[in-house]
Amino acid sequence: MLNRETATFKRSYAEDMALYPLPLQRVTIAVIILVAFVAFPFVASVYMLGLANLIGIAALGAIGLNILVGSTGQISIGHGAFMSVGAYTAAVLSSRYGVPWWGAILGGGSMSALVGTFFGIPSLRIKGLYLAISTLAAQLIIEWVLNHVTWISGGVGAVIYVDKPSVFGLALKSNLAMYYFIYVFLAIGVVFALNILRTHIGRAFIAVRDRDVAAEIIGINIFRTKLTSFAISSFYAGVTGVLYTYYYGMANYEAFNLTISIQFLAMVIIGGLGSVLGSILGAIFITLLPIVLDTVLGSVGRMFMDAAAVASISTSLQLMLFGGLIMFFLVVEPDGLSKLWRNVKDYFRVWPFPYL
Amino acid sequence: MTEDQPRLIVEDLAKSFGGVLALSGVSLQAHPRKILSIIGPNGAGKTTLINGISGVFTPDRGKVTLDGRPISGLAPHKVARAGVARTFQNVALFGGMTVLENLMLGRNSKMRASVLSCGLFWGRAQREEISHRRQVEKFIDFLGISDIRKQPAGSLPLGLQKRVELGRALVAEPKVLLLDEPMGGMNLEEKESMARYILDVIETTDTAVVLIEHDMGVVMDISDQVIVLDQGVKIAEGTPQEVRANPTVIEAYLGQTHAA
Ligand SMILES: Nc1ncnc2c1ncn2[C@@H]1O[C@H](COP(=O)(O)OP(=O)(O)O)[C@@H](O)[C@H]1O
Ligand SMILES: [Mg+2]
Repeated sequence: MLNRETATFKRSYAEDMALYPLPLQRVTIAVIILVAFVAFPFVASVYMLGLANLIGIAALGAIGLNILVGSTGQISIGHGAFMSVGAYTAAVLSSRYGVPWWGAILGGGSMSALVGTFFGIPSLRIKGLYLAISTLAAQLIIEWVLNHVTWISGGVGAVIYVDKPSVFGLALKSNLAMYYFIYVFLAIGVVFALNILRTHIGRAFIAVRDRDVAAEIIGINIFRTKLTSFAISSFYAGVTGVLYTYYYGMANYEAFNLTISIQFLAMVIIGGLGSVLGSILGAIFITLLPIVLDTVLGSVGRMFMDAAAVASISTSLQLMLFGGLIMFFLVVEPDGLSKLWRNVKDYFRVWPFPYL
Repeated sequence: MTEDQPRLIVEDLAKSFGGVLALSGVSLQAHPRKILSIIGPNGAGKTTLINGISGVFTPDRGKVTLDGRPISGLAPHKVARAGVARTFQNVALFGGMTVLENLMLGRNSKMRASVLSCGLFWGRAQREEISHRRQVEKFIDFLGISDIRKQPAGSLPLGLQKRVELGRALVAEPKVLLLDEPMGGMNLEEKESMARYILDVIETTDTAVVLIEHDMGVVMDISDQVIVLDQGVKIAEGTPQEVRANPTVIEAYLGQTHAA
């Protein structure tokens, strides 16, 4: 993922297939793990940990969505709603039935996978814009159900409050504790996605995305492949929803509306379609964009305008930038930030011998 | 299974597109370890015939059986799983994937590891990846493409792409191999090596080969049986010698190409 690969030789198929075949790569991974799980949480402020938590949760959802959109070529505008399915399943399980966190995670993920797979069924017959509309319908239907079926949402406001998860009898109340909780799931999600993509399931996804007719003729069951992708992707969405619920201490369907679905699509597009690293970069980017914008406008804008004007400009500017970036990446660099990263990497691949 | 028992039987296959009768009742039999060639001018219905066998569309009429089992009307992926592999007139490789990944895809339908096993790369998924990789490498050696195995298939010249596509069909270890103009756009040496690979296939496995090819020299040299199609109708069939001597064929097809 992060290293150059010149002058390394593989002796067995297993070695050739390893996720990180190069010794240097393994060192890099070890460093990343050390930074993520030791150094960063040690030095980060509570505020930074809060941001990191939001990024971590978003990254997990983006990785899942990217499996569907980037790798399998199916669109979903219903992912916000699939997250809410996970969120409410977990909220009901934990607040009403006292199910522990691992049960809530598995339950939320599975329920969302079930619902996502169901709404993926039309993908057999329809593609592109039509599938977009049909998943948009899923978004609206699920929102409506959560808001109106009081058995699920508990009535007024449809908000369910949830206690922080308690691991080995320890309630994860602080941002730091939640950080570890979230990033363990992110790490699992990253490895799981990378593995899926390098095995027969992932190859089938890409085959269906690139040439569905040829894929079917060489023996790939397109329907099953698409549904598998919907299932995996919405399982990720479900777990993402559960993590949001634990982090915020409540499940609220309004936090999973259409805007959220679109934001996640933006992460995937800006980060890089089909790339796990890209999903993470996209999640970082989209989460930090409004904050950076606010800070910049706050300091620069304040010189010319009053606070209210700055705030209103910031919101519209954010939307414009958002749309502009999506268009930029769709048109100019469909492989997103991950491609920009790869360009840098390719440059250094044979450095300092550019003529090799 | 005895050698003279046909592996693939096509009976009275018909298909029309809108008003165009692309195929009007064509029958054929393909035998293990034999090459059956289909020739005919452009638009004769050769590709349509192969599409009909591999389940791209449901035929209007007729029947296809593989080792006695009916396969017409099955979805394409089921036809493939039943043992029919093919290449395409306009190469249909997955251009963004490497040669190796394309070949692994040829064996995808044999891989059953669950999502969980794949996601953890543990147990069945790992075993399958390694054992199928080992099989695929045999074909990579056979086709002499080991030095390009990590290259994106789309970046290769057409001749190599056709060879890789043959590889993707072969790794499925099919009972029937359908080749739609595998030598189209190739130079003489490339045609010769492709012909050699096809002959090797029938010498080393008991695959039945159905070959569509325009190069008469190649067809006459390597075929066991030849079928001539014209406007969706089979106008002649027999050994290469018989077909070459058939007056209808000379008039309808060979005569034309020679004159042209
Ligand atoms: N999918 C299709 N839709 C409409 N017409 C088709 C289709 N496939 C083939 N045809 C028509 O059927 C006839 C036979 O085509 P084809 O089988 O490709 O010929 P060949 O492979 O012998 O050159 C042609 O007239 C072609 O235009
Ligand atoms: Mg043709």
